[in-house]
Amino acid sequence: MSEIKVSGLRHVYSAGTPFEKVAIDDINIEIPSGQLVGLIGHTGSGKSTFIQHLNGLLAPSSGTVTVDGENIFASKEATRKVRFKVGLVFQYPEYQLFEETVFNDIAFGPKNMGLSEAEVAERVREAAGFVGVPEDCFDKSPLELSGGQKRRVAIAGVIAMRPGVLILDEPTAGLDPEGCRRILSNICEYREKTGSTVIIVSHSMEDVAKLADRLVVFNGGHIEFDGTPEEVFSHPEELKAIGLAVPAATELSMALRRRGIALSPSIYTISRLLEELNALTGGGAEC
Amino acid sequence: MLKDITLGQYFPGNTIAHRLDPRTKLLLVIVYIVGLFNTADFIGYAFVIAITGLCMYLAKINPKTAFKGLKPLVIVIVLTALLNIFYTKGTPIIEGWIITWEGLKKALFMSVRIVLLIVGTFMLTYTTSPMALTDGLERLLRPLKKIKIPVHEMSMMMSMALRFIPTLIEETDKIMSAQKARGADFESGSIMRRAKALLPILVPLFISAFRRADELAIAMESRCYHGGDGRTRLKQLKYEKADFEAMLAGAVFLAAVFVMKHFGL
Amino acid sequence: MNGIIEIKDLHYIYPGDETESLKGVSLTIEKGSFVAVLGHNGSGKSTLAKHLNAILLPTSGSVLVDGMDTSDETKTLDIRRKVGMVFQNPDNQIVANVVEDDVAFAPENLGAPSEEIRRRVDAALKQVDMYEFRLHAPHLLSGGQKQRVAIAGVIAMDPEVVVLDEPTAMLDPKGRSEVIKTVTELCRTRGITVVLITHHMSECIGADRLIVMSDGSIVADGTPQEVFSQVELMRSEGLGVPATTELLYELNKSGHRLPLTALTVEECADEIAKEFGNVRN
Repeated sequence: MSEIKVSGLRHVYSAGTPFEKVAIDDINIEIPSGQLVGLIGHTGSGKSTFIQHLNGLLAPSSGTVTVDGENIFASKEATRKVRFKVGLVFQYPEYQLFEETVFNDIAFGPKNMGLSEAEVAERVREAAGFVGVPEDCFDKSPLELSGGQKRRVAIAGVIAMRPGVLILDEPTAGLDPEGCRRILSNICEYREKTGSTVIIVSHSMEDVAKLADRLVVFNGGHIEFDGTPEEVFSHPEELKAIGLAVPAATELSMALRRRGIALSPSIYTISRLLEELNALTGGGAEC
Repeated sequence: MLKDITLGQYFPGNTIAHRLDPRTKLLLVIVYIVGLFNTADFIGYAFVIAITGLCMYLAKINPKTAFKGLKPLVIVIVLTALLNIFYTKGTPIIEGWIITWEGLKKALFMSVRIVLLIVGTFMLTYTTSPMALTDGLERLLRPLKKIKIPVHEMSMMMSMALRFIPTLIEETDKIMSAQKARGADFESGSIMRRAKALLPILVPLFISAFRRADELAIAMESRCYHGGDGRTRLKQLKYEKADFEAMLAGAVFLAAVFVMKHFGL
Repeated sequence: MNGIIEIKDLHYIYPGDETESLKGVSLTIEKGSFVAVLGHNGSGKSTLAKHLNAILLPTSGSVLVDGMDTSDETKTLDIRRKVGMVFQNPDNQIVANVVEDDVAFAPENLGAPSEEIRRRVDAALKQVDMYEFRLHAPHLLSGGQKQRVAIAGVIAMDPEVVVLDEPTAMLDPKGRSEVIKTVTELCRTRGITVVLITHHMSECIGADRLIVMSDGSIVADGTPQEVFSQVELMRSEGLGVPATTELLYELNKSGHRLPLTALTVEECADEIAKEFGNVRN
């Protein structure tokens, strides 16, 4: 629902000390409304620094960020307002839960927006619905929940602010395969129903690639690749060179191409690889 | 912001001050403090300042770093100075003024004393790793074990606390950002409101600290920790020649201070 | 029987719980082998791990480590010295402010003389390739490096078994592969028995034996090739199979006859190339 424009963004940590470090430099990117973007890079690539600029938690050393045409660093009010417009879910968000009940914790954001009690309650129900937290959990303490549930409650706490942009930093970190699947399908459903812009930050391409409309690869503080998953994964060698793990399907198709099998260079899902292999033998393509 | 505090931080190095036994350094700091509190006049303070400077030179401490360490305590120093200026009776500087010569002198001495006190302890933490420090403390206090004071446990607790300070600072920063992202406001409102606004930080921080403590305890037990009995150390504390020389220097320093005091210098 | 660890009909109920977290697990772990344990959260795999060095004691059944019963309290220290344990969160198992002091922690607890501790610390740090970081502060290291320090801290005890409870769950892909490489070397070059608890399938491929746990019981046990060939079982457990197996399995559905045991990318590509070689041009 919201669009983001970033131009010439640069951030320097500990400026003016011997520890000075340029975290990101010359970042230019436009994210149109409703897009699902996968933001990929390994630890220290600058991706976390970047996303904290999008909701005004970090102020740029130079450059601008506009959300829906408004410069978010124009004034203190603008910076505060953008917090509700661009919802940021941090890594391991379950560690931020603090209220006595699940309901109150999800309600923290909406309450900070100054909404009426009825409105807050409605938002909490809606947000809990998106992430599959049943209403009979509302009176429980967040501490009683399982790891995966805690994380969903924490995500609901951000969704409840009805942000136009939802950013999630490593939403599946530390979860088992089942937990990963649930969270990612919750996020997809959320986007379909609300039309929100969604940015998923990850160092694993595998999960994100399947969902994203667009992949942005960070490396050494700047954007290395930016395009559709097909476009980005057609550079598997370069991706591996900057220390990123490419999807297993890409890895496999590279190995097969080395063995002389004619496959297209941008395969990143098993189903696509299967399709192409079956097409080669002329059989099974209809499956 | 939280990360920029230099006071109490250890800076690895290989100067003579770094190499001294932590017990020696602890004793020297005590000697230094006793000396400082027995100094009462210009020459005495000049002497202590000179010695402090010499020590800083030996430890290769940049005075700038030391002064940066003082920053958080500027308020305390200024307040002490002001109180002494206004609450010391004596000869007024100008007839009818509340400020007296005695007050000025006392304010100056007290501020210098506080600064030197901080710089002295700063030198200790600057040149001694927290582990070495707690080790030294444990060894120095070992005789207290006889009167059932849990010296080992206390020093273990202290070193764990020191180990986890950077981890918890990092965690606090993270939680603060996360709550800010949910619209938490730590900067405006009355004192009561601000105190209440800290709950969303403190509660998760405590929960996490307890979780860490729990996991740490299991990890320590898994590595055969079973109290201080029969425990040996990788780095055994040993007094070297330099330690005896340093202690001798400390004794001379103390003697000099007392002699000066005796002659009213 | 040459089992370094022998588990017989192990049941465990957490205090205050009603249902069993382990429902009768029997298992013998061979000396020097690399065993991976795969399962969901709540499958009981971590509970099982904590039984191996007497952090948890069986509600019923028994766990023997090199012949010593873990319920025998007089043996606890000997058992913990034999079975080292590495945990998920690297920050919560590092006890010292300097890497080498941390690695020294276990041998110090065991009362080894100072020169012996020095020797073990240096050897352990070299083994995990962290020797050059010995004077660093642990909190400034990367996740993978911290976890390698934790592994060094355990092997400095000179254990026969190292149990790793989801050691890679909090790491990025680079850290993850560092840790798996280190662990594999530990088993292959030093002959240490390794028990790796994980929920990443890819980390199990190099193991000698793969055990799948679900709901407190063992549901599959064999070589990774054998276990991953049971595609339906693995899918119904919600764990899935490695991409290589999945591809071969799906290809077989459309009439090919490829072996599901080709687990690594290269093996799998070889098999497919053989099958599809005739359509090369």
